[in-house]
Amino acid sequence: MHAPDGFLNAGTAVATGAISAGAVGLALRQAHRELKDKQIPLAGIAAAFVFAAQMFNFPVAAGTTGHLLGGALAAVLLGPHMGALVVAIVVVVQAFIFADGGITALGYNVLNMAVIPAYGGYALFSWFRRILPASSGGVVAATGLAAWVSVLLSAMGFSIEWLFGATAPVSFTDVFTAMTAVHLLIGIGEGLISGTTVGAVLASRPDLVFGARDLDRARLADRTPARSRVFVIAGLVTALFVAGIISQFAVDAPDGLQRIAEETGFTSSEGQDRLRDGSIFADYATVGIENEAVSLAIAGVAGTLIVAAVGWGLFLAVRPPRRDDDAVAA
Amino acid sequence: MGAGHAHALYVHEHSIVHRLPAEVKLAAVFVFVVAVAITPREAIWAFAVYAGILLVALKTARLRLSFVALRLIAILPFVAFAALIPFIASGETTELLGIRMSVDGLWASWNILAKATLGASASILLTATTEVPDILEGMAALRVPIVLTSIAGFMIRYLEIIVEELGRMRTAMTARGYRPRWLWQLRPIATAAGAAFVRSYERGERIHGAMLARGYTGVMPRVAGRRASAWVWLVAGLVLLPVVAVAVTALVAT
Amino acid sequence: MSRLALDIIDLHFTYPDGRKALDGVTLSVRPGERLALLGPNGAGKTTLALHVNGLLRADRGAIRLGEMELSDDNLLEIRRRVGLVFQDPDDQLFMPTVGEDVAFGPANLGLEGDELARRVDDALSAVDASELAARVPHHLSGGERRRASLATVLAMRPDLLVFDEPAAGLDPAGRRELIETLKTLEITQLVITHDLPLALELCPRSLIMDRGRIVTDGTTAEVLADSELLAKHRLEMPFGFGSRASGP
Repeated sequence: MHAPDGFLNAGTAVATGAISAGAVGLALRQAHRELKDKQIPLAGIAAAFVFAAQMFNFPVAAGTTGHLLGGALAAVLLGPHMGALVVAIVVVVQAFIFADGGITALGYNVLNMAVIPAYGGYALFSWFRRILPASSGGVVAATGLAAWVSVLLSAMGFSIEWLFGATAPVSFTDVFTAMTAVHLLIGIGEGLISGTTVGAVLASRPDLVFGARDLDRARLADRTPARSRVFVIAGLVTALFVAGIISQFAVDAPDGLQRIAEETGFTSSEGQDRLRDGSIFADYATVGIENEAVSLAIAGVAGTLIVAAVGWGLFLAVRPPRRDDDAVAA
Repeated sequence: MGAGHAHALYVHEHSIVHRLPAEVKLAAVFVFVVAVAITPREAIWAFAVYAGILLVALKTARLRLSFVALRLIAILPFVAFAALIPFIASGETTELLGIRMSVDGLWASWNILAKATLGASASILLTATTEVPDILEGMAALRVPIVLTSIAGFMIRYLEIIVEELGRMRTAMTARGYRPRWLWQLRPIATAAGAAFVRSYERGERIHGAMLARGYTGVMPRVAGRRASAWVWLVAGLVLLPVVAVAVTALVAT
Repeated sequence: MSRLALDIIDLHFTYPDGRKALDGVTLSVRPGERLALLGPNGAGKTTLALHVNGLLRADRGAIRLGEMELSDDNLLEIRRRVGLVFQDPDDQLFMPTVGEDVAFGPANLGLEGDELARRVDDALSAVDASELAARVPHHLSGGERRRASLATVLAMRPDLLVFDEPAAGLDPAGRRELIETLKTLEITQLVITHDLPLALELCPRSLIMDRGRIVTDGTTAEVLADSELLAKHRLEMPFGFGSRASGP
């Protein structure tokens, strides 16, 4: 997923670059506030760990292997700010020092691989923790589910960037469908590894798991594993729910959106010309009215979901934790 | 993303490019990739010029093209996607070698291929001629916050140690007959990863102690520091002038 | 480099998890002396080392370096004067190159430019590691890393050196180089070690520490000759050493 230079257009590169820079700046400030003089060595070592973990193959099926993304895992272990910061640094260094990923692609690479999975993943983690038991087993399951869906968010993020900045006439819907389908599967591995890794850390040094800091010793000791079947089913339900909302919207939207499209001139031939380089629907990403409407619908919902997740993650991370809660605090 | 990152790409040679101050190389590569990225794909001549300049730079740096080609494998997945585009893309089609392909798609393929290759090659040139500590220093000289370059430095410093640790765990598991092929068999790997995280964190705390023991109060001290002279910047600017000129011309003319 | 005395008076320390690691430790290192601190694993030796430069703070008791008593106000100055050489050199070599690592300490003390460069050169040549300045720590051998980590500490011009298992992980030649280097350093030294022959060769005086307390204080030769005492604290002279050890 380390996109090379020129994969998306310049406008997208700059816009995502600004967003990523802002997010990383925020993460840096917050992490510094929390860790002070410990920030540099701990972030450095954590980054080294994430980088190393990303390098290792884990089995997927019949000998094929996959790799960890690690954003959600980092957020659960270190907190959303440190998580985002650490993975962002990994991605940047990979581009500059290991020549992996385009330097001009850093805007969207950092956004997709660090910002969205860490902040969004943390928000998902918090949501899942509310419905799961407050125990080690619950934390493990929440991590696994959050990691799975965070990969999905990441794929959706990329698809939306494609909508705005595609350099090839492959429709947004095609890209979106392909990306989400593939990452739905890839995410399973990410979820299982993330969950199990957090479980291992909880067993020896629970104080090192940011996402479990509200649990006392008794609750930590409760390591009833959320059974894998439950995990898979819960994950599938969530993913289907997500896909369902989007397709539902897409099915219902065209009429209303078509009217809007006609009114604002998307449908007329001048509208078509207006769609050339510069408009937000670069004419490569959408073809024909129905596709535009569907694209708009899908992008709108997916975009909302991503912004909601990342925003919620930021909100949770920035407000002070409540110690009196039974369920998860911030 | 893929295995095998930890091996730094530095190639030890004695060339002008190697001797250039890192901040100059960083800035030059940045200007180059930006120029490549914004150049309209129809301006094929521009890409030819870029490729020419890059080849000259690679030769001056005494790097073998086979070396660069090998390192370009990282962009393979995107090259594969690019190759697929003419067949799956929409729009007006044409016939090439008896197969229907989208015209737009062919242009798009070319666009991705050209920019990805040039961009990646420029990055490879940078990393092959500049040692990691110098790259970090160069970034600091270009006003990247010291906190970020320091964290990156620590990351690189301890990366191989952690990789080796994970490798040793893996070897130990393999020695006990562990040969995972399916997803549900990954538990031991993840457990090992968790143990590695704990050990890494504890090392991080010891390092913090070592830093405090040598007077660290929260701000990284300036420990090195030759700066590139104005002459070097001037020469670099002159060398990059054609690149910028080409990009601007291509933008305007297309 | 001046030589200061170290006085540790009735130090008590309990870890957050409840483990009492120091149970009334009292010891003195005389100016310019080389003192060995022996003892089994878990005796509290490393914990004690971390107290000497204020990385850990005791629950009770005092630490005095020369005339200066360790307190919250003078931590920086204490850390300038106490050089702690960690057990794992990789924990102390955290900068991209050895030269930058050696410069880290003095730079924190305010040195810069030529003065800083000179300090780095001096420290590296003191341990015979001048050629390592531009090297990346990860590519060094165990012995080179050990010398480099020592240089990072020497660059602070400390008045007291505390070594935590200096010879651990070194091959015999590396160990020999280290011992010879330590002999040349004219600074007060506290050497924590399991390596009894090293203690015998370097340190005229030895203490045994066990379960958070000092249990023996005497000349190294005497201490090591008492095999019953050694056995009581899980120590033993290596095979081939006679029951009567003799000093350097």
